[in-house]
Amino acid sequence: MTARAQALTLYESLLLIRRAEEKIQAHYAEDDMKTPVHLYIGQEAVAAGVVNGLDPADPIVGTYRSHGIYLARTDDPEGFFAELYGRVGGPAKGKAGSMHMARPQDGLFLTSAVVATTIPVALGLAFTQQYRKTGRSVAAFFGDGAMDEGVFWESLNFACLKRLPVLFVCEDNGLAIHTPSVARRGYKSVADAVGGFDCHFVESESTDPAEISDLTRDALARQREDGRPVFMRLRCYRYVEHVGPREDRDFHLGYRREEEFEYWRARDPVRCQRERLIKLGVPEAEVAALETKIDERLSRCVAEAQKAPFPEPEELHRDVLA
Amino acid sequence: MSQLSYREAVNGALIQEMERDDRVFVYGCDVADHKRIYGSTTDLVERFGPERCFSTPISEDAMTGMGLGAAISGLRPIHVHIRVDFLLLAMNQLANMISTARYMSGGDLSVPMVIRAVVGRGWGQSAQHSKSLHSVFAHLPGIRVVAPTTPNDVKGLMSAAIRDDNPVVMLEHRWLYDTVGEVDEGDAVVPLGKARVVRAGTDLTIVATSWMVVEALRAADLLAERGVSVEVIDPRTLAPLDEESIVASVQKTRHCIVADNDWSFCGFGAEVAAMVSERCFGQLGAAVSRVGWAFVPCPTTRCLENEFYPNANDLVRAAERSLGLDAMDLSGFDFYTYENRFKGPF
Repeated sequence: MTARAQALTLYESLLLIRRAEEKIQAHYAEDDMKTPVHLYIGQEAVAAGVVNGLDPADPIVGTYRSHGIYLARTDDPEGFFAELYGRVGGPAKGKAGSMHMARPQDGLFLTSAVVATTIPVALGLAFTQQYRKTGRSVAAFFGDGAMDEGVFWESLNFACLKRLPVLFVCEDNGLAIHTPSVARRGYKSVADAVGGFDCHFVESESTDPAEISDLTRDALARQREDGRPVFMRLRCYRYVEHVGPREDRDFHLGYRREEEFEYWRARDPVRCQRERLIKLGVPEAEVAALETKIDERLSRCVAEAQKAPFPEPEELHRDVLA
Repeated sequence: MSQLSYREAVNGALIQEMERDDRVFVYGCDVADHKRIYGSTTDLVERFGPERCFSTPISEDAMTGMGLGAAISGLRPIHVHIRVDFLLLAMNQLANMISTARYMSGGDLSVPMVIRAVVGRGWGQSAQHSKSLHSVFAHLPGIRVVAPTTPNDVKGLMSAAIRDDNPVVMLEHRWLYDTVGEVDEGDAVVPLGKARVVRAGTDLTIVATSWMVVEALRAADLLAERGVSVEVIDPRTLAPLDEESIVASVQKTRHCIVADNDWSFCGFGAEVAAMVSERCFGQLGAAVSRVGWAFVPCPTTRCLENEFYPNANDLVRAAERSLGLDAMDLSGFDFYTYENRFKGPF
């Protein structure tokens, strides 16, 4: 793929996520999307970059803040909005909603509303790859808050012990709900804490999805070479509140600082990628056409979802057991 | 038919299923050490290699999630806990993840996983090595719960559990490991969700779980001496419960005692009592009664432990109350025989 084509692909991925989240913001107050939303605005380069760097067949697990990885991996905003609106056309027929949005057929196996709980699931997915010698690796996305959980350390330990093909992708936005990392960590740094484990360690605060994609590809190559799992600490910033549609500018409450917000906003992944496209010589009209295409698609998704059928009452008892 | 101990039957089922299906693997704390979970995992690592039978770090939470991941991607994990109590460290994975994965994926995922856990008793197992918790597991939609009592049942139900596409919690009572019984040869699967009439009778039904089946049979022998005919039903699978077998029995006997190897309060016994009361109300000769553990943590010292666990004596007395009979003379009968045989330490 040429640099230009790659840049366009990544822009499309970033923009699909950003605009889908903005659609949620625009419609949430209508009270039809009855599902707690943990928006991804500001962090898009991580999902777009890592998913781009993975093989499309590499399994993924995520968290309740996984709209980004869902859209980056599945290219299914239709199902995405149907699920948010609780309609039968969603990947889980409305039973999952925002916090459990997944699509196993595309390798996105599980997301979860309880912090750190899909990290060990990635071990099992990786165990299957190792057992079946598929050569695939498994990406476990989690926030930095998940590093406060014992199961994270249990999982990292086991992956290193068994040399499981796991990519631990820590989306470090510096906040666990409203508690900054400095108030939660008894270790000197993430690099120090993870450094004692027998794994590769990668750290970045890039908002350039191409750079994150390259880091992912390099990390996977190293992991496949010597079998050691990879820990990626990808710093990022969410512009929105922990849960809900609002942009979080509650600086007066003291848990986040305006300078920090502005530092990240100046490196906004979507705007910067657009600038890169123009620099690469992509005509403004072509970029605008892409944006219009995405906007129109998402508007259709929302309109379709709003009039789509709800699941029948019998659906309540379906799929409890196989 | 061959005579096997419970431990040999568990081991035989595991070997049979691992030979039959290369997706099956066994893991957990100490499954591959020299003691092999009381012999139940003997020979697995030798026959199937360390990829299919391996000991793990003491990380119940992560190891349970690991099983979930393996199960949803095509393998059939069997996770082993030498005590049920330790499974509590994995409760998040069980209650939030494993039991919900199929439902929350709209039926895309299935979780063919077996969680084996041993129920301890005696020689001072006390409060953290003696729980059964089957009602806690059975309370969660999306999980099957099995508690086999005989060597034949544990072999057949283990095979069924491994072949089932759902998560199954398999509870194995430590004292049952030494019991010996006839076991069907070969591929004899016992279906999940079917109770067994262990002993037929006409006057009173005892629905008994796990070790309480042993006590119920002794009580039935004693009551037979005075002409009372007891039917003993072992549900075997606690979730889903075979209500029909229990109802059919109580409709015949009109009297029902639930002898549960657990605390009674909010327990499996309450579930059965409610179900029988709802479905047999007009036919009952007496209220359904429950016999279970004293509602205290399990103590260590033997004299208090003897008070903690109910036995055949308690069942005889409950039966007499249900049937309106005088108390029979049980003096000179030693109710604590197995306690004296079990030398622990674990």
